Amino acid sequence: MKDILQELESRRATARQGGGERRVAAQHAKGKLTARERIELLLDEGSFEEFDMFVRHRCTDFGMEADRPAGDGVVTGWGTVNGRMVYVFSQDFTVFGGSLSETHAQKICKIMDMAMQNGAPVIGINDSGGARIQEGVASLAGYAEVFQRNVLASGVVPQISLVMGPCAGGAVYSPAMTDFIFMVKDSSYMFVTGPDVVRTVTNEIVTAEELGGAATHTKKSSVADGAYENDVEALAETRRLIDFLPLNNRQKAPVRPFFDDPARLEPSLDTLIPDNPNQPYDMKELILKLADEGDFFEIQRDFAANIITGFIRLEGQSVGVVANQPMVLAGCLDIDSSRKAARFVRFCDAFEIPILTLVDVPGFLPGTSQEFGGVIKHGAKLLFAYGEATVPKVTVITRKAYGGAYDVMASKHLRGDFNYAWPTAEIAVMGAKGATEILYRSELGDKDKIAARTRDYEDRFANPFVAAERGFIDEVIMPHSTRRRISRAFAGLRNKKLSNPWKKHDNIPL
Amino acid sequence: MFKKILIANRGEIACRVIKTARKLGIATVAVYSDADRNALHVQMADEAVHIGPAPANQSYIVIDRIMEAVRATGAEAVHPGYGFLSENMNFAAALEKAGVAFIGPPSPAIEAMGDKITSKKLAQEAGVSTVPGYMGLIADADEAVRISGEIGYPVMIKASAGGGGKGMRIAWSEGEVKEGFESSKNEAASSFGDDRIFIEKFVTQPRHIEIQVLADSHGNCVYLHERECSIQRRNQKVIEEAPSPFLDEATRKAMGEQACALARAVGYTSAGTVEFIVDGDRNFYFLEMNTRLQVEHPVTELITGVDLVEQMIRVAAGEKLPFAQEDLKINGWAMESRLYAEDPYRNFLPSIGRLTRYRPPVEGPTPRGGIVRNDTGVYEGGEISMYYDPMIAKLCTWGRDRAQAIEEMRLALDTFEVEGIGHNLPFCSAVMDHPRFASGNITTAFIAEEYEGGFTGAELDDDLIGRVAAAAAAMNRVAEIRRARISGRMDNHERHVGENWVVSLQGQSLPVTIAADRAGSTVTFEDGKALRVESDWTPGQPLARLTVAGNPLVMKVGKIPSGFRLRLRGADLKVHVRTPRQAELAALMPEKLPPDTSKFLLCPMPGLVVKINVTEGEEVHEGQALATVEAMKMENILRAERRGVVKKISAAAGASLKVDEIIMEFE
Repeated sequence: MKDILQELESRRATARQGGGERRVAAQHAKGKLTARERIELLLDEGSFEEFDMFVRHRCTDFGMEADRPAGDGVVTGWGTVNGRMVYVFSQDFTVFGGSLSETHAQKICKIMDMAMQNGAPVIGINDSGGARIQEGVASLAGYAEVFQRNVLASGVVPQISLVMGPCAGGAVYSPAMTDFIFMVKDSSYMFVTGPDVVRTVTNEIVTAEELGGAATHTKKSSVADGAYENDVEALAETRRLIDFLPLNNRQKAPVRPFFDDPARLEPSLDTLIPDNPNQPYDMKELILKLADEGDFFEIQRDFAANIITGFIRLEGQSVGVVANQPMVLAGCLDIDSSRKAARFVRFCDAFEIPILTLVDVPGFLPGTSQEFGGVIKHGAKLLFAYGEATVPKVTVITRKAYGGAYDVMASKHLRGDFNYAWPTAEIAVMGAKGATEILYRSELGDKDKIAARTRDYEDRFANPFVAAERGFIDEVIMPHSTRRRISRAFAGLRNKKLSNPWKKHDNIPL
Repeated sequence: MFKKILIANRGEIACRVIKTARKLGIATVAVYSDADRNALHVQMADEAVHIGPAPANQSYIVIDRIMEAVRATGAEAVHPGYGFLSENMNFAAALEKAGVAFIGPPSPAIEAMGDKITSKKLAQEAGVSTVPGYMGLIADADEAVRISGEIGYPVMIKASAGGGGKGMRIAWSEGEVKEGFESSKNEAASSFGDDRIFIEKFVTQPRHIEIQVLADSHGNCVYLHERECSIQRRNQKVIEEAPSPFLDEATRKAMGEQACALARAVGYTSAGTVEFIVDGDRNFYFLEMNTRLQVEHPVTELITGVDLVEQMIRVAAGEKLPFAQEDLKINGWAMESRLYAEDPYRNFLPSIGRLTRYRPPVEGPTPRGGIVRNDTGVYEGGEISMYYDPMIAKLCTWGRDRAQAIEEMRLALDTFEVEGIGHNLPFCSAVMDHPRFASGNITTAFIAEEYEGGFTGAELDDDLIGRVAAAAAAMNRVAEIRRARISGRMDNHERHVGENWVVSLQGQSLPVTIAADRAGSTVTFEDGKALRVESDWTPGQPLARLTVAGNPLVMKVGKIPSGFRLRLRGADLKVHVRTPRQAELAALMPEKLPPDTSKFLLCPMPGLVVKINVTEGEEVHEGQALATVEAMKMENILRAERRGVVKKISAAAGASLKVDEIIMEFE
């Protein structure tokens, strides 16, 4: 009997060795942890339960039958993050370079199916050379099976991808369809075609890091939502993100004990808006002062910084924040910021996370590059996302809310639940100068007259009261009491029920 | 007594004067420029008068504007504070003419002390010790030797037209005088086209010690002992104390009496300060007299119990001083740290902007029997403007003795929260912990000598590191337990928060075990040392007040990925608390060195590129202007630090850059 028990232990020990000491050392030398070490850091200590540890590939081509390591290059299973269930797969670069075989894919699909059925997030740790070439089309089929599950799981359970090594070719499309992608600086890259192919086809000479490193994807392409210094930091921050997310689309956003008074007053917010309407201020200060304990998990910090997206908590409960950032491009909407915010709003709506919108928007960015780039359709994405969202929506207009951008930014007309404005708010079709130049074109020659007209326009519209008179603003609030007001607003929306007309799915202008 | 006074100043000193006036039942009038509309002194005063645009030369120092405000409000007296019009005899005279009291000395006294040469002569006549020297022209090296012999070695040979150390020599012997005289003369001739040379005593181990005097219009004059202000950076005082750790009773008395003699000689009334330079043998020499309230007056108030502003007002109203010299004793010790909006990590570059957080320590008695006082003119959400002195606050502490005053200052600085701008708080903390400062063996060269390469943050000693590690472990435990209480957990399979942790900070990894109970936790280190940590800190609080092993420990707590940023005692630490397994894996992570920026020209402050002066491929020499960046309407010319060739220009004129953004790259 003892021998039989011993057999299990020795088989487990072999499986846990992965690609063996030499390859593990090579992995460490690259500054990377192994698949199992990463899972250890991601999950609560001792909570990981592994599935399919003994699965082996069935390929017999190219001499593969001689090398059939247990686990087949991916570690899968489930465990907990702060006691909450998550499913995880972690590709093992030390085994066949983490390449994806038919069986490797089957292991991933198994836990994805379970995650969807049992309502728990899927965390995918990607570190793979790509398809297992020896398996040919079976490997491609494996990818497609995973892709199909990414699609079905989307909006059902949160899916988070950590790219912690190479992720190239078809492999990129699995992370691409998940909710969030995080990368590790200097040791990960993602691209559809690598530098060699790029050079052959287009004569461009580019390094893997330039083509698809963390900096590229967080700053230029917006493929990734964030990048971290190393594996340890990336995994710790992923745990932090998971604490903001519900486990599935049937649950409310999680709540945890909090140590911050929901009625906390912030007198300094009364001076946040500069006297000069053209002077920027840092919207992040407002976010940090509204959030419980000043805790803000930002999504896509380095891309389209004219809009800020991320998670905070109010009274311990997660809230998604979308805010114009006057420090960058005056906080205007453009193609990139619309896309960024639209995707974030849709994530929040899919997972019942209430949305707080902080508005200081002078309008859409003008110019040929914007129009040629299709700002109409991209801007419409954000409009669409806000319009279809049924989660609690609270909006605070701090300063400018001009033109169509006013409508877009979770206005009352898009079923905003609580639409607040600070006394410094200016809700109008456009800025006073632009408006008078159109309204009084005949007087343009007379500077004094125009100045007087501009002042008149400012007096009439550079305030929140015209909108408040019509009920487009529910209440004008003092900046210093904003945290108390929005906390109460969200508290009053905990039982909100709102649904859209039945449809197979909508047709958002992609 | 006056019914209403006007304060012709701004910032902390205006607020300071308003406080005393209010105590005396006097109504106050503030004046303000465009930049100070929302300033604290305007909010505190009973009335406020707008006096013009932001630049001081169009508002605070325009005599006519102030006079108009006086007339409009009917103020009976004006307190000038320090700086601005405080030592302007024309202002004092204009007030006298208008029949408004000037809360300061009479205008002739201001005039007499306003000129360096006149004041030195007057001091000599009044029997005040001055730096020995020969002001006349010196014909040749032999004469220089003779004069040096009379003055006594060492001597300083200086070019009349000199400046910036050019044409200046220190000589310790006849030979050095001969040599120095010739070379100074040549250097002066070539540098300034003026080879006139003079010689004076070179004061070794100089300390800046000043005497506070107070005189009334009835012929009474007292000295309120000394302040030592040797901790200076480029002639700007940073830390002051009273009394001086260096003076003995006899020297103090001699200096005090000479200061009063000078005050009497010029018919001085009100508060004034006679500055001396004191050498290593306690020889003291007159430097100058400041005919106004000094910035650092609070330390004198703390050790004497005298409200100097009150006495200034009373003297101006014609009252007699209520005390005599023998009533003025030194009680305990006081320290002052001047908190400046200057970034110590960037060579004390001024930093302006919004105070996103400003929480000074609580003023008044401390639990340890000390006193905290904070004179300030700002508030949270207020703006540090480019137009005026970058001082944020004057933080003062009092203790029974110097050691306690220093300890109180350490804690007060650790408790002081200032965010949004760069400031020198960490630097002040570092000085408080500096062994040489603690020893009292300081000179005016202290900062230049001890922080020769600039300030890069303090390094904590092992004892303090242990206490911080224990605190971090206890704080982390609180945070972890809270994390494990999130909703949606698997019932009965909750996460267990363990007892064993590894704290990494300042390059050390310290394994610890935590045993927690209701009142706090006991943190045991590998060597068996156990520290008791008690605190009511909860996650998210930016300031942690703890008791570690019975002693108070206060830290600023920030967030960094997977850890804490802790700031205390001039140190800025990244602290990670991990399980032993996490620590083992974290140790495998490569250390990423910050990128080498020496080949780059980085934007030193957020601003707008006005001009790029060079082109790619151009060879540049040291000191050549490379680019001009405008920040807050100030044009800053960025120059090459060494020879090189411009490889790539990354920013064009008109670009708006963040701090440390790359402007150009060199080969």
